[in-house]
Amino acid sequence: MTEPIIQVKNLHKWYSGVHALKGVSLDILPNETLGLVGDNGAGKSTLIALLSGTEQPSEGEIIMEGRPVRFKGPRDAMNEGIETIYQYNSMVPTMSIARNMFIGREPLKFSFMGIGVMDGKKMATESVKAIADVDLHLRSPNALVGELSGGQRQGVAIARSMYFKSKVMILDEPTNHLGVKETEKVIGFVRSLKGLGITSVFISHNMHQVFACCDRIVAMDRGELVLDKRIEETSIEEVHKVL
Amino acid sequence: MKKFIKIYLEKPELAGLVFLIILTIVFQVQSDGIFLNSRNLQGILGILPEMGLVAIGVTLLMISGEFDLSVGSVFALTPMVMAVLLADGTPFVFAFGAGLLAAMAVGFVNGMLTVRFNIPSFITTLGMLFVARSITVVISGGFPPALPPGAMPKWLFTSFVGPGGMFRMSFLWFVLVAVLMTFLMSRTNFGNWVRATGGFLPAAKSMGIPTARVKVASFMICSVLAGFAGTIQVMRLGAPLPSIGEGMELQAVAAAVIGGTALTGGIGTILGGIIGAVLIRVIDNGLVLVQFDANWFKMALGGLTILAVIVNAWLRRKAKSIKVETDK
Ligand SMILES: Nc1ncnc2c1ncn2[C@@H]1O[C@H](COP(=O)(O)OP(=O)(O)OP(=O)(O)O)[C@@H](O)[C@H]1O
Ligand SMILES: [Mg+2]
Repeated sequence: MTEPIIQVKNLHKWYSGVHALKGVSLDILPNETLGLVGDNGAGKSTLIALLSGTEQPSEGEIIMEGRPVRFKGPRDAMNEGIETIYQYNSMVPTMSIARNMFIGREPLKFSFMGIGVMDGKKMATESVKAIADVDLHLRSPNALVGELSGGQRQGVAIARSMYFKSKVMILDEPTNHLGVKETEKVIGFVRSLKGLGITSVFISHNMHQVFACCDRIVAMDRGELVLDKRIEETSIEEVHKVL
Repeated sequence: MKKFIKIYLEKPELAGLVFLIILTIVFQVQSDGIFLNSRNLQGILGILPEMGLVAIGVTLLMISGEFDLSVGSVFALTPMVMAVLLADGTPFVFAFGAGLLAAMAVGFVNGMLTVRFNIPSFITTLGMLFVARSITVVISGGFPPALPPGAMPKWLFTSFVGPGGMFRMSFLWFVLVAVLMTFLMSRTNFGNWVRATGGFLPAAKSMGIPTARVKVASFMICSVLAGFAGTIQVMRLGAPLPSIGEGMELQAVAAAVIGGTALTGGIGTILGGIIGAVLIRVIDNGLVLVQFDANWFKMALGGLTILAVIVNAWLRRKAKSIKVETDK
């Protein structure tokens, strides 16, 4: 058996009265593409929030490559190689592509107590390279992210995650509000992750999208896992039935 | 035209600059060339640093997505703290430092209240506007403390220097601060975080930026600059009046907005705030020169502010509708 890259053990999460996660346990295997589905409010985003460090578990633990980890903030998760891409977009629209690529991880020429002068040249050249790596070709790294289409933005977000050598990429409804073509492009990105040795967790309400790019499907309902199967062992109908 | 609009996205201060140039020409013509003569320029540049420093701080804070309505009160409080200590025989360096520390403390409290309790800074700093003003009046004992002669090193802050005594020293301080703050905002990671925090808070947070600390730091920078500006004014006037700086908070917001800073945060430049401050001084001075009733000043300022917001919003919408080019 291969050792799971992430093990989630009996995770609980309460939001002041709301029991959003009720003891979720899940093994995520290296290099698999995991589809996470479930109705609105099922707890998908909550599970992701715990894995990406934006929230802390009320109970239970997360084990990364065999070591228990405690994420106090998103940066801790990123340092472990977990990158998250959100539906609302993890980009600042009023800033340039190059700056967005390096938000919070700016290459510095020199620094004092964490504050320093950014290496603008490096930011520009590296972001052009990173974007080209996901087969997205933008003329200028200085264009504002707000000017990009939704699909292009997700492309840049994915390029960013790859640039920072993520081991696990979590995509929480990355195809929301995207047109058909753009959605296809994003699905293409997700498919390509496998070839790059990146483990991914893909969340969507659209079963066809999940079945189009995932190896395994996990369904959640009211804070609990209700289905966990390889894609070839299940069908859209079966998943719909349990939800 | 397309090109201009595209440039505007990166340089939101452009519209303000155009306003400034137009007004300068109008005043120059209307005043028969007096407006740009060296004596008048000397007058404008002599008091510009006070408004300008406040505007720089307010602009930075607005880019981070917050407001500070207490700058006018801090403008009075800081020099009052200094003056009370000076009157008590404290050496200048300590008194000056204590004043700036008081300003910093006000900024810290503003920031902590806003961030911790998640209340709009409009409200927290509105409260602080009254609190800080009240403290100023209380510590002054009702009338300005008499300063020992020579207690303040005016040569370092307000004496005239340069060719023909063109500038006051304060102008050099202002330029220094302006350059430093521009550098901070455009070249450092801190500037990047400020912009991200104001531009789209959830994204900034999810990328691990310490947004609460960034905001508190921005409040503190804003407050200290306002306090420094007030100190300069007191040195220029020679007496610490507890009423100085009243109404300044809104003028500073006007300056930032005229300079292209968005009320929603994330957009704006330090240079824009400065251009806005210069515009305000130019209107104030120009109206007098062309022998207009000075009571029209606020009318002109108000009109310009609204016009600037409309123009900026329009340009932004236009610029957005022009899609970025891709190779494929
Ligand atoms: N920050 C929060 N504070 C309080 N309650 C929350 C918070 N975040 C989520 N919840 C609650 O937790 C439950 C699970 O929500 P979650 O966002 O994880 O669902 P989801 O599966 O991602 O749904 P969707 O498909 O709509 O995105 C819901 O009842 C929601 O109202
Ligand atoms: Mg969700």
